[in-house]
Formats: sequence, structure tokens, C-alpha cells
Amino acid sequence: MNIEVFIGVIQIILIATTPLVFAAIGELVTEKTGVLNLGVEGMMLVGAVTAFVTLVITGSYSLAFIVSLLSGALMSGLFAYLVLILMSNQVATGLALTIFGIGLSSIIGKQYIGTPIQGLNPYFFVALSFLIVFLVSYFFYKTKLGLIFRAVGESHNSSHALGYSVIKVRLMGILFGGCMCALAGSYMSICYAPMWQENMTAGRGWIALALVVFATWKPGRTLVGAYIFGGVSILQMNLQAWGVNFPGQFFNMAPYLATMIVLIIISSNRLRIKLSAPASLTIPFFKGR
Amino acid sequence: MINFIPELKARGNPSTVMNFFVPVIAVFLTVITGSIIFALMGFDPIFALHTFFISPISTSYGISELLVKATPLALIAVGLAFCFKNNLYNIGAEGQLTMGAVFGGGIGILFYDTSGFWILPLMILGGAIGGALWGLIPAILKVKFNTNEILTSLMLVYIALLILDYLVVGPWKDPQGYSFPKTRKFGDSGRMPLLFSGLRVHFGIIITLIGIFASWFIFSKTMLGYQLKVTGYSPIASRYAGFSQNYLIYIAFIFSGAFAGIAGLGEVAGPIGLLYRDISPNYGFTAIIVAFLGRLHPIGIIFASLIIALTYLGAEDAQLFMQIPAAVGFVFQGLVLFYLLGAELLVNFKIVFRTNI
Repeated sequence: MNIEVFIGVIQIILIATTPLVFAAIGELVTEKTGVLNLGVEGMMLVGAVTAFVTLVITGSYSLAFIVSLLSGALMSGLFAYLVLILMSNQVATGLALTIFGIGLSSIIGKQYIGTPIQGLNPYFFVALSFLIVFLVSYFFYKTKLGLIFRAVGESHNSSHALGYSVIKVRLMGILFGGCMCALAGSYMSICYAPMWQENMTAGRGWIALALVVFATWKPGRTLVGAYIFGGVSILQMNLQAWGVNFPGQFFNMAPYLATMIVLIIISSNRLRIKLSAPASLTIPFFKGR
Repeated sequence: MINFIPELKARGNPSTVMNFFVPVIAVFLTVITGSIIFALMGFDPIFALHTFFISPISTSYGISELLVKATPLALIAVGLAFCFKNNLYNIGAEGQLTMGAVFGGGIGILFYDTSGFWILPLMILGGAIGGALWGLIPAILKVKFNTNEILTSLMLVYIALLILDYLVVGPWKDPQGYSFPKTRKFGDSGRMPLLFSGLRVHFGIIITLIGIFASWFIFSKTMLGYQLKVTGYSPIASRYAGFSQNYLIYIAFIFSGAFAGIAGLGEVAGPIGLLYRDISPNYGFTAIIVAFLGRLHPIGIIFASLIIALTYLGAEDAQLFMQIPAAVGFVFQGLVLFYLLGAELLVNFKIVFRTNI
């Protein structure tokens, strides 16, 4: 393998992994505050389609990203109202959000399948993803507000007793997660693909959820996990391109199998999961009057 | 000004009245929201609702189609109830359905030119085994390696779909099929008998009803059902009582996998008659909504499966007559689950919406 091929592979890995980093770091922040949002896939799809449609209609990239982020905030805001105010089951509500998002994105994007657009240069977003991971890490471990966020995720009752608003902190965590998922989606439809297709995220939202577990809820490690993962997926594509004789479907299983294997390795250390996972994850908070 | 932050008072006991009314409220609110959405899209809401909810079932053919769609949904949902009652979030029913169709359908392809009364029962058994094996994987991983069953069961959906894809374009491809990605047709002995001539409703509905009755019996009359219920309400009490948690995890996944597998086989041996890529319009995922809407109760699941089956038919009609994408069905399904989960609050809390802040 000569140096140009090597650089080419690195570039592809960077470009393909970035949406996973965005979605995983967003979900990590949400989970750190004690909320599990399984709607990642749905929010990514809605984020992708709103960005794409806005771009086609207005021709403005910045407007496309703004609308996309707003859609992420709206979708996650809906989720937040249900799980924080109405105290609904977080697992089921997240699933509902994903199903809703799949349907909504298909309807919005129906007329735009196959519309050609001029893709954006992805490297700005690659750099942005690294920056966001760094900032999130800094926020959680070096700032007071970050400490409060983590405290809410560990014990909402203690945080409440100390006078912190559990609901506000969780709302911020959920909204940040929603915006990051929308950013991941819009990156896919405007830079990575660049096009709109139904279900174009192809399970990346779920892989991002697995990456948070892989990272044992530590921001820096989501980056490591995402890149191991991106590397495996790209390697699989290249093996196929180099003519390794094996049915394509088995290559396509690689990301999903890799996710499972990684989960098995990380989770089998029960103590580590127990110590790393936010202790209040999925537990609703009721002030009780 | 209305305050959208409701003031809540915890009830001493969960309200049984509300337990019954919550799904009704959810469906009602979904219809209201749906008509608003239709109005925003520029359709006459009455016409749209009629197209969506009334006209699909105004003929005997329509009723039959409703039952054809409700057959797999109800069976998968009642299987999922075994898991959900136990707080195990098996969201991979779509994969278990697919593997049931692969195992059972494989038997159908093997005996395509043989006739015999034993072929269909063998296929159904194959479907159950295929689904149960696929369901067992997340259960084993959860018990042995502490992995999160939500993620593993979902990853297995993608893997199952790729296995099916591999089979229908590869080794199982119809030799006379002009390289279309499909298998040969099952023989007549490998098909679900039709219940009425000219209608597609088939023997699978009898299997679904048997499955629902069996689940009702297990849930309400057996020690196993009691153990599942106790574990769901309070894992600590369940452990204190000495119920084997691992055994309950295995049992729940075996039942839900087997039921989904039979449902998958029912689809390929029923309306479809062979294997190809798109054997299920997301029945495995939609059944999650059916299970919750039916409040994990076998009787509730029957009604819920009919309502959700109607969203499939309505979406098809809406696409035909109003050029609305069929995905509007998913939007309705998502909405009904949102409302259901939100309204569930009423079971455990009393609400006071104060008019001033």
C-alpha cells in the first residue's frame, strides 16, 4: 500500500466517522444528566432532511444548518416534555421519537429524493467534532456547571436538595443531545452523502448509543470508540474493493457485529459499568409536593 | 393563562379506571392531531379522516386486509409483553420475525414439490425455533456478559435482514426466477390455508388467537406469569422471593422470539408464499407500539393491533387517493405512543392544571 492510498483511507475514515462522533457526544451529554434518549436515529433523520430541504429551497448552507439544529431542538424538546414533565418511560418515549422521526423525515423529504446539491467540504466539520468533544470534556471536568450536570445524573435527589434545578439541567442535556443529533444528520445529508434518501442514517443513531456505553460515559473515549468503529467499517469496504471473495452482505454486517462485540467486551466488566454509568440514568425525577 | 406545567398529586394506588382510559385518550388525541396535520397540509380534515380510518374497512375485503395486518402485529406484541412485563426491552422483534421466516421458509423451499399435511406444521415449528434462537442471543448476552439488550437485539435486526438478503440473492435464489432476488414459491402444502375464498385472511389468525389465549393463561393463571409480574413491579422483591432472574430472562426472550418467528413464518407462508427482501413492513417495530397501546394485556393487544393495523391500511389509501406518503402511518404510530406515554401519568397521578402561575 503506497502513501497516497494510505492518506486516502485516513481521509475516508475521518469523513465517515464524524457523524458518529456528533451523535455520540450529544447522547453522552444527555445521559450524563441521567436521561436515556433512544430517539437518536429519529432526530438524526429529521435533522438530515430539514437541512437538505432548506438548502434546496433557499440555497443557503448556514440557514440549512440553523433550521436543522432547530428541528433537533424541537424533537428533543418534545421528548423532554414527555420524560421530564409527564415523567413517561424514557425507553418507550425514545422509541416513539425514533418511529415518529422516521415517518416525519420520509414525508418531508418525499419530493426531494435524488435532488442533486453541491456538497460542502467536510473537513470543517471533522475539526468541529474534535473541538466539541474537547469542549464537552472540559465542561464536565473543569467547570462548576459541568460538575452540577454530573451530580444531577448521579443523584437527582441530592442535587435537588442542594438547590439545583434537576429539570432545567436535564432539559439542557436533552436539548444539546437533540441539536448534536441534528448536526450529525445534516452533516450526512449535506456533506457526506450529499443527498437525501429515506432511512439514510442506516442505524448510525443506534451505533452512537452503543458508543456511549463503549466510552463508559467519558467524552474523550467516544472519539476513540467512534474511530475504531469507523476504521472497521472502512476496512470492510476496502476489503470488498480489493476483491476479497466473500458475499457483500457479510461485509455489511461488520458494523453491527463490531458494535455487539464491543458491547460484550465492555459490559462484561459489571463493576466498571456500574461505576461509570450515571446512577440516575432512566429514573424519572418527581419533586413530590 | 393556562399553565402547561401540571401540578401533580400522587395517587395512593394506580387508578384502574385510568388504566383502561389512557389508551382511549391516546387514540382520541391522535385522531385530533391527525386531522390538524391534514388540515395544515391543505386537505379537508373530514375527508382525510374518512379516507384514513373509515373507507379502508368499509368492505369485506377491507376487513379481511385489516385482519391480515393485525394477525402478525398481535402475535408479536403479545410475545413482546413477556419481555416488557419483565422490564426487558426487546426491540429486535423485526429480526426474530425475519429469522422465523428464514427457518420456516427454508423448510417450505426444501419441500416445495412435496405435498403432505405435515409440511405446514413443520414450517411453523421451524419459524418458532428460528425466532426463539434469534431472541435467545440477546438474552444469553445479557445474562452472561451484562450487555444491554436494547442495543444487541436491535443490532441483530440488521444482521438478520442481511442474512435474508444473502439467501434470496445467493443460495436460495429461484433457479427460474430471472435473477430476481426471491426464492421459489412454497408448495400448496407449505401455505397457510385461506379462511374465506377470495379474501386474504388466513389460518395465521387462528394461530394468533391461540397464542393470545395461551399468553393470557400464562400471565394470569400460572406461577411463571406471577413471577414475570412481580419481577416487573419490583426486581428486589422478586429476588427476595428466590425467583431465578436468569431463567425469567431466558423464558421471556424465548417466548417473544418464538411468537415473532411464527408471525414471520405466517407472513411468508400466508400472503407472500415465498421469501424475498421486504417480507415485513416493520411489523416487528410497530408491534412494540401495539404492546404498549394494549397495556401488555392480551385482550388489550387485540384491540390495539386492530387500531394500528388500520393505520397501515389508512396510510396506503392516503397514498393512493391523496398522494400523501405512506410514511404518514409511522407518524401516527409515533404520535399515538407519545400520547399514550404522556397520558400514562394519569394512572399514578392526579392532575391539577392551575389557571394562574
